[in-house]
Amino acid sequence: MANESRNSGNDTGGMNDRLWEYIDGNGNAPERSAIEELLQSNAEWKSRYHELLELNKLMQSGELEAPSLRFTKNVMEKIVMHHIAPATKSYINKKVIWGLGIFFITLFVGFLVYGLGQIDWNDTSGNNFGEKLTNINVNKFFSNTWVNVFMMINVMLGLFLLDNYFSNKRKAFRNEPF
Amino acid sequence: MSTGQSDNEIISLVLHGNQQAYAGLVDRYQNYVFTLALRITKNREDAEEVAQDSFIKAYRALADFRGGSKFSTWLYTIVNNTGITFLRKKKLDIQSLDNESVFAMANNRDSGVNADIVEQKSRQSMVNKAIALLAPDDAEVITLFYQAEQSLEEIAGILGIETNTAKVRLHRARTRLKEKMEKHFAQEVKEIYQ
Repeated sequence: MANESRNSGNDTGGMNDRLWEYIDGNGNAPERSAIEELLQSNAEWKSRYHELLELNKLMQSGELEAPSLRFTKNVMEKIVMHHIAPATKSYINKKVIWGLGIFFITLFVGFLVYGLGQIDWNDTSGNNFGEKLTNINVNKFFSNTWVNVFMMINVMLGLFLLDNYFSNKRKAFRNEPF
Repeated sequence: MSTGQSDNEIISLVLHGNQQAYAGLVDRYQNYVFTLALRITKNREDAEEVAQDSFIKAYRALADFRGGSKFSTWLYTIVNNTGITFLRKKKLDIQSLDNESVFAMANNRDSGVNADIVEQKSRQSMVNKAIALLAPDDAEVITLFYQAEQSLEEIAGILGIETNTAKVRLHRARTRLKEKMEKHFAQEVKEIYQ
């Protein structure tokens, strides 16, 4: 049925898409021969194919726009003030990225294991897993001295990185050509 | 200077300190980059700015070009990103420019040369005017496919989308272009179809 409607030519969008595929040289052999058959037997398909083919030729003949005559000169004058930045791979250490990834995954797994470890799986009062999850005592975990120390170290590291980031920005701004 | 050299040869020269060799790449790609920028910004002045910025960004990031793709594909990705950032900054309305004033503007741009223009030239100009009437997304994908001769896979890479999405966008853009041409250049299109 669907195939019938596809072949009848009533579905204009489908017809266009299939004809564009055909014009672009895409589609498998059975699809291409089905379209060739339609082009021979169906006047609507034939006429639409002719239109799309002409449009395709027109688009291929489309001219490029040209910028001002001084374009290359303007670019080269500006480029004199710039330097090629070092390749990203030269200053991004993959080991650091991996280290950070492993750290956060370990942290996540740690939280998960700790949380699930608190659930009393033998308790039948709440059958729902969601209910059991809400019973996890998060306060107990976050009031732990070691966790607080860990959090404090993270905050200090964060501030240190932020300061580093801003001082780099300041340096870059000073070195930026005007 | 650098005529006849491949893109990779010029890039190698530039990376080894011959800054002036970069002019070869600018000369080679300026029309492509400018056309693409124009499709995005819809304004020649803005397009010139985006095209210049794109070449400067490409120069600064040249060490990151590893030759895994064509230089043109890499460059067009930069143009696309620079164009989008530019539009965001200018907060331009990037809706379809399907209105009579814009159409008149597009028409006026070439006024005065219509009388004695050769047929081929006139058709090319008609296509460009019709493309200028499309929304930036549609105009960009058509320019990349037909004028910059990028494959669907390359277009997908430039626009950061899936290849199938690029194919659907191209089909949709061509259909819209056909509609624009039939609406605004009815007589010419009729002659072409005959």
